[in-house]
Amino acid sequence: MGESLLGNEGITMKQFAKLVNILGTSTKTNDKLQALQDYFEVAADQDKVWVIAIFSGRRPKRIINSTILAGWCLEIAAIEPWLFDECYHTVGDLGETIALLLPEQETQNETGNEHTLSYYLQTFIRIEKETEQVKKDFITSSWQQMDRNEKFVFNKLITGGFRIGVSQTMMVNALAKTVKVSSSIIAHRISGNWDPATTSFDDLLSETVAATDFSKPYPFYLAYAVDEDLDKLGEEDLWQAEWKWDGIRGQIIKRNKDFFVWSRGEELMTEKFPEYNHFKDQLPDGTVIDGEIISLGAPAEDGVFKPLPFAALQTRIGRKTITKKQLTEAPVGFIAYDILEFEGEDIRYKSMEERRQLLEQVIAKTNYPALHISPVISFNTWEELGVTRTKSRDMGSEGIMIKRKSSPYQSGRKRGDWWKWKIDPLTIDAVMIYAQKGHGRRSNLYTDYTFAVKDGDKLVPFTKAYSGLTDKEFAQVDSFVKRNSIEKFGPVRTVKPELVFEIAFEGIAASNRHKSGVALRFPRMSRWRTDKKADEINTLEDLKEMLKIYNQQGVVEATDL
Amino acid sequence: MPLIEFSDKGLYCRQGNFYIDPWKPVDKAVITHAHSDHARWGSKYYLCHHLTKPLLQLRLGDNLYESVDWNEPVFINGVKVSLHPAGHIIGSAQIRVEYEGEVWVASGDYKTEDDGISGAFEPVPCNTFITESTFGLPIYKWKKQLDIFEDIKNWVAQNKENKKTSVLIAYSLGKAQRVLMPLSEMGLPVYVHGAVWNVHQALVNSGWKLPEVTRVQPDTPKEDLVGNIVIAPPSADGTPWMKKFYPYSVGTCSGWMQVRGNARRRNTDAGFALSDHADWYGLLQAVKATGAQKVYATHGFQSAFSRFLNEQGIEAGEVKTEYGGEEEESKAAEETEEIIMDNG
Ligand SMILES: [Zn+2]
Ligand SMILES: [Zn+2]
Repeated sequence: MGESLLGNEGITMKQFAKLVNILGTSTKTNDKLQALQDYFEVAADQDKVWVIAIFSGRRPKRIINSTILAGWCLEIAAIEPWLFDECYHTVGDLGETIALLLPEQETQNETGNEHTLSYYLQTFIRIEKETEQVKKDFITSSWQQMDRNEKFVFNKLITGGFRIGVSQTMMVNALAKTVKVSSSIIAHRISGNWDPATTSFDDLLSETVAATDFSKPYPFYLAYAVDEDLDKLGEEDLWQAEWKWDGIRGQIIKRNKDFFVWSRGEELMTEKFPEYNHFKDQLPDGTVIDGEIISLGAPAEDGVFKPLPFAALQTRIGRKTITKKQLTEAPVGFIAYDILEFEGEDIRYKSMEERRQLLEQVIAKTNYPALHISPVISFNTWEELGVTRTKSRDMGSEGIMIKRKSSPYQSGRKRGDWWKWKIDPLTIDAVMIYAQKGHGRRSNLYTDYTFAVKDGDKLVPFTKAYSGLTDKEFAQVDSFVKRNSIEKFGPVRTVKPELVFEIAFEGIAASNRHKSGVALRFPRMSRWRTDKKADEINTLEDLKEMLKIYNQQGVVEATDL
Repeated sequence: MPLIEFSDKGLYCRQGNFYIDPWKPVDKAVITHAHSDHARWGSKYYLCHHLTKPLLQLRLGDNLYESVDWNEPVFINGVKVSLHPAGHIIGSAQIRVEYEGEVWVASGDYKTEDDGISGAFEPVPCNTFITESTFGLPIYKWKKQLDIFEDIKNWVAQNKENKKTSVLIAYSLGKAQRVLMPLSEMGLPVYVHGAVWNVHQALVNSGWKLPEVTRVQPDTPKEDLVGNIVIAPPSADGTPWMKKFYPYSVGTCSGWMQVRGNARRRNTDAGFALSDHADWYGLLQAVKATGAQKVYATHGFQSAFSRFLNEQGIEAGEVKTEYGGEEEESKAAEETEEIIMDNG
């Protein structure tokens, strides 16, 4: 806790566990950055490769499912399943629950665990296909050698779900300082397809390897939300405005006659969008385009296109095989924002104006109707742009992007050159009827709520939400839940319908999986309406009215909104 | 009729016509300890331990107090009442109640590890034991006090090296005095918030020898604080009062810090799972040591703890009280109080 990583034990799992602990608890970016740098300074190369892999979402395959893992813990700690569940509900994290319940080895502080992070991860890979007994022997004997911190990290490595307070950008920055190479170069080199088990640190960070991996995307440049007066941005004509489309940000890459589609989450999605095969034939080699993967209605003529609600796209992702029906009901197009590589050259350093010209050239040479260039919105004053913004929803967009014409294409979220100016969300007043304990940092509080609208004298649940309140408000609602629960079903409590909240959301779609017949996009609590009573909330009728207005593009079967 | 009933005002002994830690004003109150969720304002008479009396005076003002020593029986309408160390904070007591050969013990808050200032928990044999269960889940297993102190000292030393002030969040009564011992060994000046100062003074005035501390004043020079230690109550965490210490690192001492998510939610830089309550193993050990045939669990994870006891063959029930339960709620109570007390 707060100790320096530069202990005297050498770099073992313990140091990695300490790093994770600092990253997870520190509230200051600089402290986290420093901890990462300290680690990179002293860690063995193979450990570094694994840390890069883990923090960029390249986890080793899960070797055992959580239920079996929990079963071994029950056995060792000699406790009943109900008590384990009770603990899990309080902790909110399975790996941590297990780490807390396993007995502590009295002597482990003196002897110490000599194994390294890579040792554990390589062993996971080695025993992946072995019997359950082999895995059990390895895991339970590893537990015996570890302190609580190590057990936690080890369990997280086994169960996947390694989400701690560190962004890929932060990791890249720390690495850049350690190896003294600029962070945009690092970010590019560690992107794409590589296997931590077979890649050495030198290979990973060396130019030559990067050049031979043709699939490698560039790190995405992300915008900040406009947070001040637009006038402060200066002269209007230094800026370009476009619609902000609501799909999945992606990169399409054509290199070496091969074609790749990457999502912003650095997931390779080439197979999911057979429509894009046409681009593959038409785009010249050495082209990388940044844009939006999005469901579009009927193939557009005359450049006019209208996106389908996000729910349509959702029917396409998360599925292994795509049916013909999906292809016709939710066809996917691509709206191009930017070009990052042209004729094999990385042109991110050029100004956006120059890049836009090249992009227009490239798009003009293709003739596939679902590939569009993101239209530029012309405007003379910020005020005028504000008026245009109010039409976003009619366009099927979620607001406006404002980009500095002279800006290079940067990596990660950076202030200054790109801004997003989203439209105000839709809102509805609803009453809370169920509550459930949160996970992770809110594991001891009731923070996950289900909300209902009125339908005559009945209440109809229509959405869940778990964000938008301050910690103080959550504490107050939590105490209300504890005092006013009517029934308990497992972790869920039925609560007296008394607290009214304004629920904000970005979109609405018809759904036959929800009792209310609607599914919301990005619902969250925007305000606690302490001024309203439960009988003053909105009605199911109001929701249906919204659906009529904002979901004219047709009915979509939402799977998991 | 049971010797102690669970009434809407608190634990009630009908035969003796007195309450233990009532949460509403009553005629006769027997108080386990001076925390605000146990010692409430408005009763006509308070019976407590000698060490608790000055703390009640500080928190509740002038009232009719009677104080006794450990195991010094008082008879109230034929009911024998005596106080026994609970090890929770200074003066904290378990209340033993005996009538016609039947013995009940109400634990109040307790911990089984001897922290060196709160008195060593004494197991009291009884027929019925009313136990707290704030940390009544097996995930709560405390490290030894000495090891946690070591962690805290390392953290302070590291901050000092980085030229940061160590702001340690600890309840003004109990935890603050407890962490003061190891901190004073570091030879660094220790500054305290007004709420901690008030408790500290009350204890010093009643004869406690505590390490020296300095109250943070509006005119305390910033240079004096750099790299040193500040002890503040939870209510001060995140308020503008902290600005003065910048650059600083915040460490929170609370049993809830056992779970990572809680440390993150409190936005604290370092969490130390140092508690004045018994952990799961301490609770079990205490229950077994009483030899009680019947146990009532309250104040925390009572349903899980009582279910577990039943499975172990110890008849147990859960009781709803208005004691802090999850430290969060008692924190709210304590906060208001501390704001009132901290006039400077
Ligand atoms: Zn207490
Ligand atoms: Zn209490």
